[in-house]
Amino acid sequence: MADPIVAQRFKALVLPHLSSAFNLARWLTRNDHDAQDVVQEAYLRAYKFFPGFRGEDPRSWLLAIVRNTFYTWYQQNRGQASATVFDEEIHSAETAAPHPHDNPEAMLIRSESQKRVHQALQALPLEFREVVMLRELEELSYKQIAAVVGIPMGTVMSRLGRGRQLLAKLLAPMDQEA
Amino acid sequence: MNHEQALELLPGYLDEELSLSEALEIQRHLDSCEECAQVLAQHRDVSAQLRAAQLRMDAPPELVKRIEAALPGRSAPWARVGERFKRWGSSNSRSSSSRWLTWPTWATAGVMVASVAALSVSMSLYLAVPSSEDRLTQEVVDDHIRSLQFNHLSDVISTDKHTVKPWFNGKLDFAPPVIDLVQQGYPLIGGRLDYVDGRTVAVMVYRYKLHPINLYVWPSNGSGIGIDRQLREPAIHERQGYHLAHWSAGGMTYWAITDAGEGELRGFVTDLRAQPSS
Repeated sequence: MADPIVAQRFKALVLPHLSSAFNLARWLTRNDHDAQDVVQEAYLRAYKFFPGFRGEDPRSWLLAIVRNTFYTWYQQNRGQASATVFDEEIHSAETAAPHPHDNPEAMLIRSESQKRVHQALQALPLEFREVVMLRELEELSYKQIAAVVGIPMGTVMSRLGRGRQLLAKLLAPMDQEA
Repeated sequence: MNHEQALELLPGYLDEELSLSEALEIQRHLDSCEECAQVLAQHRDVSAQLRAAQLRMDAPPELVKRIEAALPGRSAPWARVGERFKRWGSSNSRSSSSRWLTWPTWATAGVMVASVAALSVSMSLYLAVPSSEDRLTQEVVDDHIRSLQFNHLSDVISTDKHTVKPWFNGKLDFAPPVIDLVQQGYPLIGGRLDYVDGRTVAVMVYRYKLHPINLYVWPSNGSGIGIDRQLREPAIHERQGYHLAHWSAGGMTYWAITDAGEGELRGFVTDLRAQPSS
């Protein structure tokens, strides 16, 4: 396991995607502190499973591990997470306040519009937030997103459509005032 | 292409993920459909706003350091990272936490010195490297402890073997026998994948009262470890306060570990072995 060649391959293939891993964890947990813990645990898991990695896309492989690590953490920390969590979030999305542990000063918000987009994306229900984030921030293809999230490409497309629709609503009222 | 179909494919059109023929059909539809054209414009605007907001951040330097320092090559800090997720039952300072990392380092060092004093060093190397069974025992103990930390005991949580068994499909190159022992007082609570003895293995998680029991299963052949002697009546071992048992049956190697007592583990193993595999 501690084969130096394996360790070197891991450093060359997986380590460069740390920022992607951190960004995904950050948008999943909506808080920097938990995101760091999730990423660290994900890297421990990734290192452990790395000898079995045969794919050609280490970033998608790593992001899938980050996502699984997050969901394990989420289930344990938010009680029994279930499909109903998403529904509740959909209904409250419009009034959702920023997460209490959120740390906006850490992200150097440069403008009001940037802040608005940030809050809108944070208010998006988890299942839409992850695909939108992977597409718009990480610029993954549908195929890669399907691999990370473990859903068919058609579902990637429909979730992106629904997610953008919700975001359009969340961003709309302020547009009219401006 | 009708309106509903076009509406469904709009995200793919925007992201240039459609086939050429689909894209052409959407274009044709857009020329005549006000609603779709509006939705597309709206989505394009959302996408542009997200990208313009530059929400992507670099990983914080302290996280980069934490993870870089944790990678082997410098094996000690790696163990320290593990520490965050493990609470060691024993205060044994030559903690097992890093044995899977440190022993090959020893071996590497040994090989270098060996060119100078081959015989004596290779002798001490032989003594320093734990036996394969001992090492595997330690690996299972470490993994068990780790599974109790960071709440990742189970990746699939279910008390139904018909849920747990299909969950492993496509994740492993073998089908682990999944047996429910709820009648015997050891309910199955879930399963996960783990990495033991250089391969991906199935782990079934059972519970005796409040004590989790991890049952590791993998095919016996090719383990190359040699502990796969036909172990008919598994003995119960103790390591760092945990009880372990291992045996082979039906071409599979089994390791069970728990913090429950010796008698409870023995009961579990006996009940498990009495069941026909499913």
